[in-house]
Amino acid sequence: MIAEVGHFALILAALMALVQGTLPLVGAARGEAPLMALAKPAAQAQFLLIAVAFGALTYAYVVSDFSIANVAQNSHSAKPLLYKITGVWGNHEGSMLLWVLILALFGAALASFGRNLPPSLHARALGVQGLIGIAFLAFLLFSSNPFERLVPAPPDGSGLNPLLQDPGLAFHPPFLYLGYVGFSMAFSFAIAALLEGRVDPAWARWVRPWTLAAWSCLTVGIALGSWWAYYELGWGGWWFWDPVENASFMPWIAGAALLHSAIVVEKRGTLKSWTVLLAIIVFSLSLVGTFLVRSGVLTSVHAFATDPARGLFILGILVLTIGGSLTLYAWRAPQLRATGTFRPVSREGALVLNNLLLTVAAATVFIGTLYPLVLDAVGGGKISVGAPYFNATFIPIMTPLVIAMAIGPMLAWKRGDLWAALGRLKLALAAAVGVVALSLWLDGTRDLLAAMGMALAAWLFAGVALELAGRIKLGRAPIADSLRRAAGLPRAAYGMTVAHMGFAVVIAGVTASSAWQTESIRIMKPGEMTTLAGYDFRFLGVKAGRGPNYASQFGSFAVSRGGRPVATLVAEKRFYPVQRRQTTEAAIHTTWLSDLYAVIGEADKSGGWSVRLYHNPLVPWIWIGAIIMFAGGTISLSDRRHRVGAPRRARPAALAGSAPAKA
Amino acid sequence: MSDMSDMTESATTRGRTQHLLYILPVLVFGALAAVIAYFMLSGRDPRLLPSALIDQPAPEFKLPPIEGWEGRKPGLATGDLRGAVTVVNFFASWCVPCLAEHPQIMALSKMEGVRVVGINHKDRPAAAKDWLTRHGDPYARIGADSGRAAIEWGVYGMPETFILDKTGRIRFKHVGVVRRETLKETILPIIRKLRK
Amino acid sequence: MRLLAAILALALSAAAAQAVEPNEILKDPALEQRARAISKKLRCLVCQNQSIDDSDAGLARDLRVLVRERLSAGDSDEAVVRFVVARYGDFVLLRPPVTPATYALWFGPLLLLLLAGIGVVVFLKRRRPEAAPAAAPLDADEKKRLTALLADDGLSR
Repeated sequence: MIAEVGHFALILAALMALVQGTLPLVGAARGEAPLMALAKPAAQAQFLLIAVAFGALTYAYVVSDFSIANVAQNSHSAKPLLYKITGVWGNHEGSMLLWVLILALFGAALASFGRNLPPSLHARALGVQGLIGIAFLAFLLFSSNPFERLVPAPPDGSGLNPLLQDPGLAFHPPFLYLGYVGFSMAFSFAIAALLEGRVDPAWARWVRPWTLAAWSCLTVGIALGSWWAYYELGWGGWWFWDPVENASFMPWIAGAALLHSAIVVEKRGTLKSWTVLLAIIVFSLSLVGTFLVRSGVLTSVHAFATDPARGLFILGILVLTIGGSLTLYAWRAPQLRATGTFRPVSREGALVLNNLLLTVAAATVFIGTLYPLVLDAVGGGKISVGAPYFNATFIPIMTPLVIAMAIGPMLAWKRGDLWAALGRLKLALAAAVGVVALSLWLDGTRDLLAAMGMALAAWLFAGVALELAGRIKLGRAPIADSLRRAAGLPRAAYGMTVAHMGFAVVIAGVTASSAWQTESIRIMKPGEMTTLAGYDFRFLGVKAGRGPNYASQFGSFAVSRGGRPVATLVAEKRFYPVQRRQTTEAAIHTTWLSDLYAVIGEADKSGGWSVRLYHNPLVPWIWIGAIIMFAGGTISLSDRRHRVGAPRRARPAALAGSAPAKA
Repeated sequence: MSDMSDMTESATTRGRTQHLLYILPVLVFGALAAVIAYFMLSGRDPRLLPSALIDQPAPEFKLPPIEGWEGRKPGLATGDLRGAVTVVNFFASWCVPCLAEHPQIMALSKMEGVRVVGINHKDRPAAAKDWLTRHGDPYARIGADSGRAAIEWGVYGMPETFILDKTGRIRFKHVGVVRRETLKETILPIIRKLRK
Repeated sequence: MRLLAAILALALSAAAAQAVEPNEILKDPALEQRARAISKKLRCLVCQNQSIDDSDAGLARDLRVLVRERLSAGDSDEAVVRFVVARYGDFVLLRPPVTPATYALWFGPLLLLLLAGIGVVVFLKRRRPEAAPAAAPLDADEKKRLTALLADDGLSR
């Protein structure tokens, strides 16, 4: 009964999306307000209906209703409740339902909070959201129905992949989808602007908060996936340039570019057609990502369904959406006229450089990810494009970007003085050089590239701090003055500072953990001790245990340093009888500056166990940096200037004749 | 605006190149989508790896017979692969798909002019002997492989079947189960061609 | 409970090895380091996008052992890699070789960077540096409106 309610709600939602996707667009073209006004209730209704459907599916999982095929295939009565719920989106159909739910959520949010937008732009943006909704709801209903019944209902389900029964991975999809489905807003705004035939600087003001929200969530989503891989897969790796990792990384890179180019549109009224194209590209990359995961054309750990029919359906959606939007772009974009100029050496120029490098970086990841497929398709044989390729191409592109990131904010708008900016960064340069020296001195392997990576992180961090210090005239004015300036700074300034600092922290973490990981792989008998990175690990032996739906073996290590105890690491191996799968749970102790990581392997015949111990320096900084970036994005979002429709204060009657200013 | 005054000859040619640039994104996307659609419609399985050994002579190897069957079924070496069209089949008792294709391999062994040999991959002798006794033994010779022979042949999954010509060169490899359709539509035509 | 322990013991004993096992490690640390470096370059064919160094699949283990054997027999690094590529094709290399088929892959990013860079330079050059037009001074009424607007927005001097 509940499943039928859910299914029916989904059908109704598709009808709502149909209304939302057609009538407001017609209304905007004809200037008919009543048709345009349909967008808001349609969007809100669509969201509520999909929420009902999602709730129905969740309920079915929670009560373990195995008469529904999706639940029977992906759940099991012995699964803990949390994983029953998160299992809703741990499969193809359920995750598609989450996808359209978040799409509708953004649509409804735009409907409710977009009051200060010009009606035709508002209606058009909602209309485009509706069109995307129709496409994916059709995909759900016709090829991936989560509510299909299974007759007769099996007594129990097939369980869930034990790898997915995990907190990190459970929350990875929602954040990921908030991110790259959230980019649909930028896309809808871009299409709406093309349909309107113009891009006002105010358009950028409206696009930025939505893009920032989506990008911030995507940052967390990617970090969660990476963190999960790190603690789950058993050897401390956290990024593999796997096609599906790349599928979420490309929109992140392009989204970052979009955030920055929108600034130039807002400030200078230029770079309009580029920003519109970028907004289309960012969401197109999201769609390509959705396609890659679900079509089976690329082999990957992540691949959900490898059903070619579904893959072709999504490809069809891509052709219509991306092809249609790019055609509209080719037709309408030439009409967009720039209204301002700037010197090449200026903050705008730096933002253009930012876009140049980020776009090429995204394109590089794109080329590397799709090349094997394209080459195979044209009969060129099968090749692999793995981490060595991406490291050789991606890093050299990002390096000048990081250098420029410290310089850019020091440049003035419209016309900047490069030497003055560099002069103000002397301390940052000193910090970078100092870090190189320190790295080379501390590091036995004298890894120059690693030292330079750390130097880049220091350069960026110090440069950003110096920029903030300069703004509040720290050291050049009385401290009270500086504090007052600091209090008066717009939150977006802090947002930028915090986000850029977070990025620096991530760079440091990435560099150190890649270059300076140490490991010890050996057989240990209970009672034996080994030393790694200055820490002593004493193996205490293995005990058996059990969990709600698995059996375990626990291997413990007592870790000490210089005689003083540091931690007890308990590594686990789990066996899930239903799935006949084994997973390893690494024991991780974090000192916030590094991680101690222990995994137990197989027992050998003489009572010893194969054991893997790792010391991962600065790995926690990767996740911390991502959270800091998220915080920066959130701080920026809280800036009232960024909110769509900041309140307008009452104006005295004498000024009634003056043009109303948009806040 | 200063842009408005730009209505000169150079501006229109610039305008035309610019217009061309605007079409570039949709063209690039179209080409990419066409390639991907073609790939998907061709029905090729992206996980299948083509063999690097096609048209090469068979690798040098020498495998002992299955333990306990030394008198009954000889082992396999490179020299045994010349002189007739040969089908080399990697199999094991623990490999479930191998059982699925076994009828086809049995059928092949009864054909005129083709010799079927097997490589028993990472199997326990007792289990292998039992499996062959129960399901039938189509192999003229069987080599017991502890793993190295598979690597020599570029094998990455089970089962895999190779077709060699009379000179001992590898001419074809099939990864996965040899179904009846595969046998009829692919393998038999190749064998017939090689027999000439 | 005893049944569970039995299931566990059975399952774990049959379970695959976990990436580099202690019993694979060569005695000679230099050779072992070479083996690890080579293993990181070779793709595990039955896994998804992992190197044989990272993977716990049976084939990965066999290839790791093979690499070590050949290194111990005196092969150079390139010879070992060539040995594996001869049997499994270029697919086994995580770093794609530079061949005419992969020129677009390796030179594409650089080419894109150059083209995009040229595009940006052309774009920036086309914008003529703006000579700030001399603005007519504000009259008294406009000055009043300006002050009031600024004060109204909370931005004082």
